[in-house]
Amino acid sequence: MKLLEKLVNHCRKKSPWLFHMNTGSCNGCDIELVASIAPRYDVEQLGIHLEGSPRHADILCITGPVTHATLNALKTVYGQVPHPKAVVGLGSCSASCNAFAGSPTVDGPLHRHIPVDVYVPGCPPRPDAIIEGIAKAAALLGMKDRVPLIGDETDAGCEAAGEAALMETEAPCN
Amino acid sequence: MQLTAALIRLLIFPGLLFAVPAAWFFLYVERKTIALMQQRIGPPLLQPFYDFVKLLGKESAHYPGIEGLLMKLWPALSVCVLLGALALIPVFPWRGGFSGDLILLITLLELPSLFYILAGFTSRSIYGKVGSMREASLSLSSNLLFLTAIMMIAVSVHSFRLSDLAVPSASPARWLGLAAILLCIPAKLRLNPFSTSSAEQEIYSGALTEYAGADLALWELAHGLEWLALSGFVTSMAFPRTGIRLADAAVFAALSFSLVVLLATVAAATARLTIDHSVRFFWRWSVALGIAFLISAVVFRG
Repeated sequence: MKLLEKLVNHCRKKSPWLFHMNTGSCNGCDIELVASIAPRYDVEQLGIHLEGSPRHADILCITGPVTHATLNALKTVYGQVPHPKAVVGLGSCSASCNAFAGSPTVDGPLHRHIPVDVYVPGCPPRPDAIIEGIAKAAALLGMKDRVPLIGDETDAGCEAAGEAALMETEAPCN
Repeated sequence: MQLTAALIRLLIFPGLLFAVPAAWFFLYVERKTIALMQQRIGPPLLQPFYDFVKLLGKESAHYPGIEGLLMKLWPALSVCVLLGALALIPVFPWRGGFSGDLILLITLLELPSLFYILAGFTSRSIYGKVGSMREASLSLSSNLLFLTAIMMIAVSVHSFRLSDLAVPSASPARWLGLAAILLCIPAKLRLNPFSTSSAEQEIYSGALTEYAGADLALWELAHGLEWLALSGFVTSMAFPRTGIRLADAAVFAALSFSLVVLLATVAAATARLTIDHSVRFFWRWSVALGIAFLISAVVFRG
């Protein structure tokens, strides 16, 4: 049993799938993230793969200072990522709201709303730094009984939001 | 005795025990070929295995009631059906054993596509529905060409038995048919340029948008098995047999491998066509090749 657990944890480290979400970013970090998963940096060597659906993902990559308009979507998407999961905050905005600090439309930083495992500061961060951040988050995924490093340790509210989103998709939408 | 032989074919070789690692290897070859085409190093050899085990260790989406059951049923059925198809592929046609006919094999190869369509509709996600609709229209148009080509090959050897079909003949009808089948395979595997139904990022993940965990792992496995079954099916009709088992098996493996490399190269070198373009492409070729098939079936009748 212990061996099986070890195998699964090893595979978690080796196969981090990403979901990218913008919570009101200026697009600078998004461009850098896209650059870092393009052929030049070849992140497939680490098993990193950008997925289209949050349900397929292990690591949630979030850019932006979390605006009021995106807050509910952020919680829903966080709830939709199946356990075990990790969150990487990309750019200084997600860590400290950066230039947008104090703005009435901004509700950041990110760890006020969901637990964050790794922050990659920079405005925008370089692709090398982003890849390192993702690799660190992947290593955390493979750790036994891990708890998120920054922010709330319970994420019950977000789980409920994810379930509610599931209910919505179940309603006939023709 | 026959039951034992059938069970061995289903569970050991070329079934479960052999097919699953082989499917992972083919998925690896696909990704590695695309990486090499883009001047990258690409994933490690065990990457599809890592992905599979990781997905098994994740939680699945909780759907209530019959929907939840169906969501779990479609990927499991796909894997079972493809294992059945693999057991039928005639690598050594004179060995006898569990020999089925062409219609059964075609049915088993078609069912996963149907399950994929049903999976998208069962999940009730709008992206799943769009993916399913695209897969349905693509499957309808590519199957027209696929089935006419297979029928022509069958007519040219006067048999629906797989063991007769696997015996090579120099008939030009067979090569024309195989070329037509090769055109259809990217659509069946949802590869570029006919990847509209899975269209990652564009419609999230198509029919599989709501899938997670072990169910998604089974879909990944089914995709690998589809690679194995389709490349094996084409290869079994195309290669000349020497009669020496070991040599035949080696030639079979080498040809299937080259087919995967060829298809992945095409996928890396092309962009995704829209659904209109894909459907139009298949209907045009179907008409042109259909006429050629009819003429050759009459001219080269054995």
